[in-house]
Amino acid sequence: MIPLIKRELVERRRWLEDSEFVDLLAIAQSGPGPIAVNTATVTGYKMRGVLGSLSAVAGAALPSFLTILAFASVLVRYKSAPVIDAFFRGMRPAILGLLAAAVWQVGKGSIRERSDLWFVAAGVFLLFVLGEGPVVAVLMSGLLGILSGVWNRRGGRQEGETRGEAQGSDED
Amino acid sequence: MLFQLFLSFFKIGAFSFGGGYAMIPLISTEVVDVRQWLSMGEFVDVIALSQATPGPIAINSATYVGYKVSGFWGSVAATLGVVTPSLVIMLILGFLFYRYRGLPLVKDIFKGIRPVVVVLVAAAAWSVVPSTLTGVIPGAVAAVSAVLILRFRKDPVMVLLAAGALGLILYL
Repeated sequence: MIPLIKRELVERRRWLEDSEFVDLLAIAQSGPGPIAVNTATVTGYKMRGVLGSLSAVAGAALPSFLTILAFASVLVRYKSAPVIDAFFRGMRPAILGLLAAAVWQVGKGSIRERSDLWFVAAGVFLLFVLGEGPVVAVLMSGLLGILSGVWNRRGGRQEGETRGEAQGSDED
Repeated sequence: MLFQLFLSFFKIGAFSFGGGYAMIPLISTEVVDVRQWLSMGEFVDVIALSQATPGPIAINSATYVGYKVSGFWGSVAATLGVVTPSLVIMLILGFLFYRYRGLPLVKDIFKGIRPVVVVLVAAAAWSVVPSTLTGVIPGAVAAVSAVLILRFRKDPVMVLLAAGALGLILYL
């Protein structure tokens, strides 16, 4: 969705400069929830305050809401109709393929340095050894991120090399 | 029930970081495991529908699940639930961002969360295996879908619809 958002806000409407859009996207991606809703909130706020956010979010959510509502009202009733059932049966394994591909795609962007593997290990431990749910895993890993950031800034790590590497890969 | 829908999707909206696929593990945990509103098979169908239609997966699945559980007002409650945390947190985060530029703390938190999200998505992929990998042909469809997306950069929507069409040929 990001290219679409950019085309509308930066190129067509000229509500934002290119660099402002990059900033907004950074904020939008650091919040929880759908990126499109986050982008709408920040852009709306920037233009017209809280009311701007509200109307931008309504605009971002309504088309999906109405589309799915239309589908849902039909599907809940006719889900077992042979045509619909066959179509969904066909799509099911593709979802596994999509998710497997997503693991790879998300992983490529998120696991970049050796230190990231420690967080992966922590995640595996929390989810599979302790049997915690995703909410706890997210909270704990955020906390671990803060701790490791504090630790790194205090120069707690011995190898100056690894530190330089970690800092160099930060975008700014 | 309406309030429970709002609350569950509020939780999903508040604790899923990274948007898109990164939200799937939270949705499946809450909707399938905790609340048991859908079976795993139905959940896979909802993800397929959410992916094949435009708009954020989180809003699409909130609308569908809400409608299935409590009709129109259910879909309204669930959709509002998933959008509200984004809206509130983005307003605060956006304000802080412009005030303090950059926010190293947010960066640290993300350094921890991002790799763990990869683990979460992998766990979600693993959890759909029993309801999607039901034979040789589904296995082949899953593998081909992943390859089409990763290697040949095909649009996931096209891949899904093609798999659905194949389903029509095979199962009708």
